[in-house]
Amino acid sequence: MEEPILAFKDVKKVYHGGTVGVEDVNLTINKGEFVCMIGTSGSGKTTLMRMVNRMHDATSGEILFNGKNIKKIDPVALRRQIGYVIQNIGLMPHMTIYDNITLVPRLLKWSDEKKRAQAKKLCQEVELPEEFLTRYPSQLSGGQQQRVGVIRALAANQDLILMDEPFGALDPITRESLQDLVSDLQKRLNKTIIFVTHDIDEALRLATQVVILDNGHIVQHGAPEEILQHPANDFVRNFLGEERLSQARAELSTVDQIMLTDPVTITMERSIPEAIKLMRQRRVDTLLVVDGHGFFKGYVDIDTITSHYKRATSVSDLLSTDMPTLQKDTLVRKTVRKMLNRDFKYLPVVDDKQKLLGIVTRTTMVDVVYDTIWGEGTADETAADQEGETTAPAAVHEGK
Amino acid sequence: MSEMGLWQQFWYYMTHNGSYVLEQFSRHFLIAIYGVLLAAVVGIPLGILIARYKKLSATTIGIANVIQTIPSLAMLSILMLALGLGVNTVIVTVFLYSILPIVKNTYTGMNNVNRAVIDTAQGMGMTRMQQLFLVELPLSVSVIMAGVRNALVVAIGNVAIGAFVGAGGLGDIIIRGTNATDGGAIILAGALPTALMAIIADLLLGWAERKLQPHGM
Ligand SMILES: Nc1ncnc2c1ncn2[C@@H]1O[C@H](COP(=O)(O)OP(=O)(O)OP(=O)(O)O)[C@@H](O)[C@H]1O
Ligand SMILES: [Mg+2]
Repeated sequence: MEEPILAFKDVKKVYHGGTVGVEDVNLTINKGEFVCMIGTSGSGKTTLMRMVNRMHDATSGEILFNGKNIKKIDPVALRRQIGYVIQNIGLMPHMTIYDNITLVPRLLKWSDEKKRAQAKKLCQEVELPEEFLTRYPSQLSGGQQQRVGVIRALAANQDLILMDEPFGALDPITRESLQDLVSDLQKRLNKTIIFVTHDIDEALRLATQVVILDNGHIVQHGAPEEILQHPANDFVRNFLGEERLSQARAELSTVDQIMLTDPVTITMERSIPEAIKLMRQRRVDTLLVVDGHGFFKGYVDIDTITSHYKRATSVSDLLSTDMPTLQKDTLVRKTVRKMLNRDFKYLPVVDDKQKLLGIVTRTTMVDVVYDTIWGEGTADETAADQEGETTAPAAVHEGK
Repeated sequence: MSEMGLWQQFWYYMTHNGSYVLEQFSRHFLIAIYGVLLAAVVGIPLGILIARYKKLSATTIGIANVIQTIPSLAMLSILMLALGLGVNTVIVTVFLYSILPIVKNTYTGMNNVNRAVIDTAQGMGMTRMQQLFLVELPLSVSVIMAGVRNALVVAIGNVAIGAFVGAGGLGDIIIRGTNATDGGAIILAGALPTALMAIIADLLLGWAERKLQPHGM
């Protein structure tokens, strides 16, 4: 595996006067990750971020940048390799946009042609008109200024970019467009970004990895889905908020978590009269057809039987195979589309070998959507609902 | 001479002693400039220093303030005891009075540079010197210039008094006027150029201050 671009090992920062900035930080960041650091004010986000480019030096522990201890790298040289964007933009007010963008290249003594080409390329990248290059920061709007702030951090082809609440001061619409911009640049140019924010929605939206800090400690670290699905403790739960959690529960639960596990099935070699009898008994209009080992083959429905029963002897003769299946680990969120777009009242859930595990019905989806919107369903309630339904599967099949 | 009006006398004096007045004018100007330049050479770095190491700022500015409160005649007399009569005493006096406005303005100018701008300058990898010369000084130069301008105008006045310790300059002409009977015109011949010099210096440096204000501000 590729070496992580950044690794924190037992990092601790104590400020003069004894305030602990961060403590016990162990964190590995791989190349191409979008890491959002989030936490309440004073939790140590900025401290952690600023240790990366040695704006602060760690009191103990070590930080490795591309495998190399940053203590062994000259701070000035280190900083020129790492992009830096802060909330208050920090454009040089006395320099033109061109001079601002090419500041680090200038410090690195690039040639004029190379600087000019880079500035033009970056302007195109973020759709900033080239005539802006001769303007001064005060002649740009806040959003445009921060756009410049972002590309300035990329100008020397830095692989790692640090951003401390870069969009905190912008209005929601501008903020969103800059979030899109950064997210897009990050993916397209394969940058690694460490992004400090207060805004949990911003973090969930942008991050591939979320780091939640509380009181100088990392309380949880993981992909947004992971954190939403398995919040480490009450702090994280509170931080995320019940609304987001229940929404996530709905959106991020997989179909095998909500499926009914007792579908009415029949095997291929059974006769048609047996099938009709079973339908009548269980009060359903469709039977899922499986082979002797429980592998899903298709379905047979009452329509087909009515029109073709004379020509058929066994279920296999009237088997329809046009029913899509759901893999058991498919997200429920994606199922909603699939079910609503097609005309099926329910879909079979199978494992990766096509073994039938259960079904997801439209009625179950209604419960999920209900929970998402009102957020009242707790885990227990949902389970109870499911049990209630599985005892009467007939009701849900009726009337296809 | 006494039957002429004051202005006629003044004019007469100027036409007959023009080169002398001019000589004293430039001498006067140079004494002021030397003192102020010396103060700038010491005061600007000192201002930069105390802006970086804030602990020193209260003491430094305190001392400069105390110096400023000493009346100039008293200062001249005290310095004369140490340095004797002559131009050096005046230059040192000008220097001492110029320290406060220059240090204070440099300190204020440096402190007024937006923290975020300095933070990014550092975070993007500027050395301390690059931060100073590419960011902090360009952004505070006009405030520093205002201090120099202030110092120079005050200096021109102080140099006039400096004639009492034998440094020469336009003050010399004024003293001659006070010693002569009916010396009003001679006093004018010293005082008017002094005032003119102060006004011109003020205008010129005001202009320079605006010129030095970076674009985009
Ligand atoms: N330069 C400093 N000197 C002393 N203490 C500091 C310094 N910077 C931060 N701290 C302290 O360290 C702790 C963490 O601060 P930090 O700035 O990292 O928090 P943060 O998570 O970025 O907060 P915010 O969301 O408000 O920006 C706080 O208790 C803060 O008071
Ligand atoms: Mg912060």
